[in-house]
Amino acid sequence: MSAPILDVKGLEAWYGPARALRGVDFEVEDGGVTAVLGANGAGKTTILRALSGLIRRSGDIRFRGRPIGALATEDVARLGVAHVPDGRGTFTDLTVEENLRLGAYVRSDRQGVREDFDRVFGFFPRLKERRRQQAGTLSGGEQQMLAIARALLMRPHLLMLDEPSFGLAPLVVAEIFRVLGEINRNEGVSLLIVEQNASLALDLADRAVLIETGRVALSGPSQAIRADDAVRRAYLGY
Amino acid sequence: MGEFLHQLASGVALGGVYAIMALALVMIYQATQLINFAQGEMAMFSTYFAWKLIDLGEPYWLAFFATVLVSFIGGVVIERLIVRPFANAPVLASVIVFIGLSLIFNALAGWLYGYSVQSFDSPFTGKPWFGAGYMSAHESGSIVVTLAVLALVYAFFRFTPLGLAMRAAAQNPVSSRLVGVRVGWMLAIGWGLAAAIGSIAGMMAAPIVYLDPNMMGGVLLYAFAGAVLGGIDNPFGAAVGGFAVGVLGNLIGAYLVGDEVKLSVALAIIIAVLVWRPSGLFGRRLVARV
Amino acid sequence: MADAENALSLLVTLAVAVIALAFPFVASGYHIYQGAQVLIFAIAMLGLNLLTGFNGQISLGHGAFFAIGCYGAAILMTKFGLPYWAAIPAASAVCFVAGFLFGFPALRFGGLYLALATFALAVAAPQILSYTGFDAITGGSQGITLAKPQAPIGLKLTSDQWLYLVCLASGAALYWAARNLARGRIGRALIAIRDQPIAAETMGVNAALYKTTCFGVSALYAGVAGGLSAIAVGFVSPESFGLSLSLAFLVGIVVGGLASLGGVLFGALFIEFVPNIADQLSVNFGESAKALPGAIYGALLILVMAAMPTGVAGGARAATNAVMRWLASSRPIEVANDGGADVAAKYEGKGESP
Repeated sequence: MSAPILDVKGLEAWYGPARALRGVDFEVEDGGVTAVLGANGAGKTTILRALSGLIRRSGDIRFRGRPIGALATEDVARLGVAHVPDGRGTFTDLTVEENLRLGAYVRSDRQGVREDFDRVFGFFPRLKERRRQQAGTLSGGEQQMLAIARALLMRPHLLMLDEPSFGLAPLVVAEIFRVLGEINRNEGVSLLIVEQNASLALDLADRAVLIETGRVALSGPSQAIRADDAVRRAYLGY
Repeated sequence: MGEFLHQLASGVALGGVYAIMALALVMIYQATQLINFAQGEMAMFSTYFAWKLIDLGEPYWLAFFATVLVSFIGGVVIERLIVRPFANAPVLASVIVFIGLSLIFNALAGWLYGYSVQSFDSPFTGKPWFGAGYMSAHESGSIVVTLAVLALVYAFFRFTPLGLAMRAAAQNPVSSRLVGVRVGWMLAIGWGLAAAIGSIAGMMAAPIVYLDPNMMGGVLLYAFAGAVLGGIDNPFGAAVGGFAVGVLGNLIGAYLVGDEVKLSVALAIIIAVLVWRPSGLFGRRLVARV
Repeated sequence: MADAENALSLLVTLAVAVIALAFPFVASGYHIYQGAQVLIFAIAMLGLNLLTGFNGQISLGHGAFFAIGCYGAAILMTKFGLPYWAAIPAASAVCFVAGFLFGFPALRFGGLYLALATFALAVAAPQILSYTGFDAITGGSQGITLAKPQAPIGLKLTSDQWLYLVCLASGAALYWAARNLARGRIGRALIAIRDQPIAAETMGVNAALYKTTCFGVSALYAGVAGGLSAIAVGFVSPESFGLSLSLAFLVGIVVGGLASLGGVLFGALFIEFVPNIADQLSVNFGESAKALPGAIYGALLILVMAAMPTGVAGGARAATNAVMRWLASSRPIEVANDGGADVAAKYEGKGESP
């Protein structure tokens, strides 16, 4: 088996003086999907923020074998880690197209960018219809699509998503997860998904990590996590 | 009627200077929600730099573009060295730092170039390009220059990737960083651009108001009035507001209160806008902050 | 430890009081005049510091309120024949009203708008004062000359000594008032509005009213100072009230320490003597020495903000606290909360959002 694309050992993170993560270990296989599960306030979002360098963190973080634990957010992004943040991070005053152009901001291959525009418009035709519209006027689902499309325009190796299903109608969630699966299978983009909807995330993921109060409570292949009695009762509800 | 048109025309010419100065203020406001009280003195200092180059025998337009470039670099350096350390400080601290900067530039200019008033030649001589009889050659040239600056700035922010990234960084710094935009540099470039635009305002104002270390006090005040009138968060509004206060100031000064209290007109405009329409003509509605 | 610190601060206050009282009887006439100037500046800065230090609002135009006090007193004395002890309070009351009315529209939208509006006021003030339409009252660009008041008959004091003592008495009374204001319920409300605006509002503090009143009171202090300045100088003219006066006040409170009422005395000494020294230097070094005060002011504003946001008084207090802690290291430490401008970022252990 090849080396993991993301290898995290002993990740700690702080909000000011308050420690929010207390030594988290997990990995994302190259071309794989890892789901991060847990209750509200357990530290799921914090993991993504720490990986992107948005908050103070320490620990051994390796992306494609390279330590990134000391890099600034911009540099993590430039290495090919796309982070779709909670709240979707829409540039509300810019147009849909400008939002997408920002995704391709650091790229210089004009031809490739043009193709990627077509590709994401293929995934989300609604964005193409609204490309001249102010992004703040989009619905929640459309903004989530825009956020994923923007991330894809970065041509990432790893796509990190923070609660992509949050606040969306089931049909929209299904569409988004279908696209995520397609991106992972057809294009080999690895995914790290933080989700509260455990069942949904486990369907897509090959590995899962369960976070409780800033620590890993359980981790392993999705099948095993799904079969765990405690997980079933607490997160899957059956 | 001729006198009225004359006042109107010179109001438009001054208004152009106020407009680009207001634009410089708004650029920094949009990125940091701060008003750069040192903008005027920075522009004054740049203008002295141009004056020195011309005095040394350089041709006007060489001095002009060299000044714009040096001002840009100066703005970037000031942001990185002096403004950046206060990024997370309260508004009060930033305002005090800006006041400190303006005092330093004022003192530097006085120390280097003296306090006596100097004349500053206009590159536009002979017949005005338009409005002959109502405006001077410099006024017509200044209108063209300020309009060109506005058009260039618009094109930069609207059509270039860097301009887009700067708008994005001002609006949503976290998301910008997540797509790889170096937000810190965007702020520094913003300061550089504001300083460069301010230097043009200074060079266009100097033939009218003459050159001395306090020359930009009135210009900055009118730029504030223009920015507040147009909406402090809206570049288009600031430009329109700048022209509007230029014309208003001239007409009210000439026909109602007398030129010697022209500065009070700007004060009155600021107060009136705050009382009746605090968001300005084109700004986003302000919520009374507690 | 708190007792020891109180005792120390009482000691310092007493020492300052003794020196200030003895000063006019040992110094020469011109120095007494300068001493009065220092006290006048200190009074204006007390007001500005109530506003800026305690309430977090910034005024770049207190020179204009100083001017209103100055002109108000001069006009009441020369045109209406009021004695100075009636003219100055009356002019100060006008300043309170002017400050209240001016602050009202500007303060609704946060400190930046107040800074902007007061900046405009400071820049425009000299023009308004010299406006020819007001010549009959203000004397236009000529200004107004008035007779310096003499000491009451029976007191063997020169006019300068008497004026100094009037300034000292006013300053002491206003310091006492500001101190009580700052330490009481109102002071706590002002600080709450500065540091936790939303929480303060939620707890029923009428922020807008407090801020506007605070601005009015602060303008009143500037007005008293202006009125005293009119009689101390014996002459008022528009050129004395430009932006540079307003900025000098700001420099004074920053150097003396934001939210430090005692520090204004240091700040006042500073802005009185730095330009004086520069003037003396310009005799030797020519015109370029005129740039010195501005350069020093500007550099200090930035450096103080960077290094010591609580100013000289804050630095001294921190040093005192350190000594006290060391002396009392065997006893548990109490932190005296005196509402210093603690601008350090406050972190809160933020929970994770979903």
